[in-house]
Amino acid sequence: MIVRVQSDVFDAGAELNSFAQGRHDIGAVVSFTGVVRDTKGDLQEMLIEHYPGMTQGAISKIVQEAVQRWDLADVLVIHRYGPLKPGAPIMMVATASAHRAAAFEAADFLMDYLKSRAPFWKKEITNDGAAWVSAKDADEDALTRW
Amino acid sequence: MNVVYFAWVRERIGLPQETVTSDAATVNDLIVELIAREERYAAAFADISALRVALDQELSDFDASLAGVREVAFFPPMTGG
Repeated sequence: MIVRVQSDVFDAGAELNSFAQGRHDIGAVVSFTGVVRDTKGDLQEMLIEHYPGMTQGAISKIVQEAVQRWDLADVLVIHRYGPLKPGAPIMMVATASAHRAAAFEAADFLMDYLKSRAPFWKKEITNDGAAWVSAKDADEDALTRW
Repeated sequence: MNVVYFAWVRERIGLPQETVTSDAATVNDLIVELIAREERYAAAFADISALRVALDQELSDFDASLAGVREVAFFPPMTGG
């Protein structure tokens, strides 16, 4: 299980290629990559703040929960902080399992929890100014699925 | 204890962290003390339902005890992912 919190950019393809490499007990690898979205075409950058003393531990707890619930051979979580340009990767999750259902479900679970329980805050810097991204009720409600 | 603020809570209070000497028994008691200090605290804590709290880097509740707690963090609902 690997959890990385970093400001540096990462190569999602390269990360995925090396993820769980050499394991022959894996039948399924699922990955998700979150990307900075510029919906209105006026985003200069997205600034991601985090709680350095808490972030690694909070993500590790979410990963441990996933490992207890599903039969996972490996998990990778990378989450960036700092100023990010539109189109840049923000974070990725990868899960490996013997079967696809566990890999898909665990990746979905990890994303729902990372969204609402990992201490990150997004601020959008646009041509009109800066605004913190509000948490959505739907994101909190999504946790009840699990 | 060390009190830390993130996102718009940090911006409203104007500080990332500070050392607070307090006898507050719970998080709610601490908030009452902070609000009494200055308007910027009152502005930050005006709507508690819009805030979250972590005690020693673990998410907690506003009625939780501060006994033995070294770091209190206030922030808006998280927007990771």
